[in-house]
Amino acid sequence: MSEVRVAIQREADIVLARQAGRQLAAQIGFSATDQTLIATAISEVARNIVVYATRGEIVLMRADESGRVGIMVQAIDTGPGIDNKDMAMRDGFSTKNSLGLGLPGARRLMDDFDLASEVGHGTTVTMKKWKR
Amino acid sequence: MPVPILKQGDTLIASVVAALTDDDLIQLRDELAQRIGKVRARGVVIDVTALDVLDSFATRTLRGIAYTAKLRGAETVIVGIQPDVAFAMVQLGLTMEGVPTALDLEQGLALLAKHKERTR
Repeated sequence: MSEVRVAIQREADIVLARQAGRQLAAQIGFSATDQTLIATAISEVARNIVVYATRGEIVLMRADESGRVGIMVQAIDTGPGIDNKDMAMRDGFSTKNSLGLGLPGARRLMDDFDLASEVGHGTTVTMKKWKR
Repeated sequence: MPVPILKQGDTLIASVVAALTDDDLIQLRDELAQRIGKVRARGVVIDVTALDVLDSFATRTLRGIAYTAKLRGAETVIVGIQPDVAFAMVQLGLTMEGVPTALDLEQGLALLAKHKERTR
C-alpha cells in the first residue's frame, strides 16, 4: 500500500504536508469539503511537531477497514512527549502560548483520533477520516 | 511568497496569492504596520480568497494583524474566506473575534466606506 511521508523540520514543511494530504485525499475520492477538513487537521498536528518537538514526520496513507475507505494521517515525533494527555486534548490548553485548539480541533475535523505519547520518547497522533 | 500590498485611496489592499507560510504572515503584519503610517491609511483589506486552509496559527496571526492595524488607526476587513475554509474553521473552533469579515473585495471596501462615514 502506498504511503506518503513528509519530513517536518521547519514551518514551511507544514504547507507541504497539508498539500500532500489534500492530494492523497483527492485521489481517494474525498469531497472538496472533506479535503479541506483533512488538510486543516494535518496543518494543526504538523504545527505541533514544529512547536513542541522541532522535528518529526507526517505519514499519509489510504485506509481500508471492513468495507470502509478513508485516509490515515500520522504525526510522529521523538520530542519531549506529552505529560498530561487529558489536558492536551482540552480546548484552550497550551504550554506554548498558542490558541490551544490544535489537538482537540484536529479531533473534531477527523473521525477517529488517537494520541499516544511517552514522556522523553515522543508523541504519535493517529487520525482517520472515512469517506461518506 | 510575500503578499503584495496595493494602495487605493486611503485603503491598503493585501491580496494573498498563494499558501502562506508563517514567515509570510509575520512579514505581512510588519509591512502593513509600517505602510499604514507611511500612507496614512484608514482601512486595510486582507483578501484570503486564494487560501485553501486557515489553521489556528494563521487565524491568530490575521487577528493580530487586524489589532495592530487598529492601534495604528486603520480598520481591517478580512475578505474572501472560502466556504470549505469557513466550515473547517468552525469545526476547529476558530473565530475572527471582532475582526469584520466580508464576502469579497467589493463588499469589504463598502464596509470600510461605511465605517469611515461613522467615524468621521
